[in-house]
Amino acid sequence: MNSASDTLALQSDTKDHPPGRRLQRSEVAWAFAFLAPYLAVFAAFVAYPVAYGAWLAREPALYGELLADPLFLGTVINTVLYVGLGVNVMMFAAVLLSGFFMRREWWVRALLAVYLFSWALPAIPSFVSFHWMLIGEQGLIDSLLRELFGVEGPIWFNDQRLALAWNVTAYVWKWMPFWTMVFLAGRMAIPQEIYEAAAIDGATGVRRFLHVVFPLLANIYLVSTLLATLWTVGDFNTVYLVSMGAPARSTDVLATLGFHYAFDAANPELGVAAVMCALPLLVPLALVLMRRLQAGEVQL
Amino acid sequence: MSLASPRLLRLPEAAAWPLLRQPHRLRRLLGTAAAMALGLVLLIWSLLPTYNMLLIALDAEGDTEYSGIVWPDEPTLDSFRVVVNGDYWYLEHFWHKFANSLLIALATMLLTVLLGSLASFALSRMRLARGWLLGNFPVLTYAVPASFLVIPFYRIMRVYGLSDTLWAVIAADVAFATPYAILILQQYAKLIPREFDEAAQVDGASPFAVYRSIYLPLTAPALVAVGTFALLLAWNEYVYQYLLLTSERNMTVAVAIAQFFDADEAPWNYMMATSIVYALPPVAIFFALRRWMTAGLTLGGVRG
Repeated sequence: MNSASDTLALQSDTKDHPPGRRLQRSEVAWAFAFLAPYLAVFAAFVAYPVAYGAWLAREPALYGELLADPLFLGTVINTVLYVGLGVNVMMFAAVLLSGFFMRREWWVRALLAVYLFSWALPAIPSFVSFHWMLIGEQGLIDSLLRELFGVEGPIWFNDQRLALAWNVTAYVWKWMPFWTMVFLAGRMAIPQEIYEAAAIDGATGVRRFLHVVFPLLANIYLVSTLLATLWTVGDFNTVYLVSMGAPARSTDVLATLGFHYAFDAANPELGVAAVMCALPLLVPLALVLMRRLQAGEVQL
Repeated sequence: MSLASPRLLRLPEAAAWPLLRQPHRLRRLLGTAAAMALGLVLLIWSLLPTYNMLLIALDAEGDTEYSGIVWPDEPTLDSFRVVVNGDYWYLEHFWHKFANSLLIALATMLLTVLLGSLASFALSRMRLARGWLLGNFPVLTYAVPASFLVIPFYRIMRVYGLSDTLWAVIAADVAFATPYAILILQQYAKLIPREFDEAAQVDGASPFAVYRSIYLPLTAPALVAVGTFALLLAWNEYVYQYLLLTSERNMTVAVAIAQFFDADEAPWNYMMATSIVYALPPVAIFFALRRWMTAGLTLGGVRG
């Protein structure tokens, strides 16, 4: 792995081949044959739908209509809050929890299996369960508050901020285990000697995390955060099933609002236009992600 | 679990004093206590929604009002019987719907692993693509989230003649699972020394032979990881199944569950029992494959 040729291959964008070898014509044909099935799927089920979507949402009037709709502006703010809070809380907690799950006690290992359960559990049942936990005074959360602390909990979905907070919570609940696994894999790849060397230099606990672990995980953290951001902007299930947009469509995000315009209001063009508004932000993010993936190698 | 370790249990009467005189030991004890407290919080956090599902599923009434209980008074498995026998209107042909869900998920898993491994081999081992833009082009898929594309996708399926077929959903799932699979496989393949490929080529192995006998076996942990990822993606997915599968014959369990919300007086215990049965396959597969997964998820690895 540490061979010179491999390091060269990882770092070079321009001179792609180790000295003395060029890709021959027959190999190019082979490579295209390997790539062809995916290219066909990409063209037919990604590129064409994107182009068709852009064509559907081509009328400038649609965007005027969107800007005139207070629902749309509120939704944009919700989406920013939902993604900003959801992704950052989730990633930061996940990187810290991955440290916790590095502990070697048997009960930590057992707990990891339970913790990963929420990732394996399908989204629809999980979010439906969140919905029922929070619905009115009879839901499990309010019932528990009453039984354990004698407090009357609020009607969660009557308050925009509380409902939004629960959407974020449900999202974090569902996806944090996945990212914890990614960070756990990253941490396990850090050689033990580095910890030992750091301990000799007096870096333990918080200082070890700040000066040793985090710098080594920084690229994984960045790449994962970018990927999570792109996925969270497109998240539909959470808001659709947890708060269902309540109260009065004030917790919608772009994905659910687009769906609402297209099917409840029977205006598919407006629905597509609503989500297309996110592209000027998403495309640069995807490009940064692609760039980081290529650079992405911490050489020790 | 140092709290229960014999060394600590056999401490003399004035146990606290030597402990205080040894700050590193006290610190470790406090650390373990804090870890256990965190563990308890995580346990409740992880299991609460599942507990809620069970609570409602085991409730005998389960009509419109949910009675504000935190413990089932008279737990009954009756709602599971109804689900398994398909005895309720929304649950007719339950096993047929279940088979549809399973077919979509398994086909997505297999196709993602196949297309992902072929494409990642071409992109990373054959150095077909130069530069970051071409080498990582599949990631560009995520610039337009799947849920944003559902409307154009729906119309395009009519052009392709795939309306109301399971293949339409499988195509969408594969299209959105494969970029991540390629990304993970590309990162993982960096662990395999290129000399292996070259040695095989010197021996006259064709690229396909290198792919089959070197690339596939050595990327096995990552293949398991991305296969599980694709399976869970298909199992989590709702909106494409809801829109693309219009006939009763092609309906899936995810759509059947959400359908309960359409009724005014739906039996929520049936809904939750369906949810639990629906959750069983991915949980079983996940835990069966878990051992191989962590190794396969290394992203942009840190290596010595």
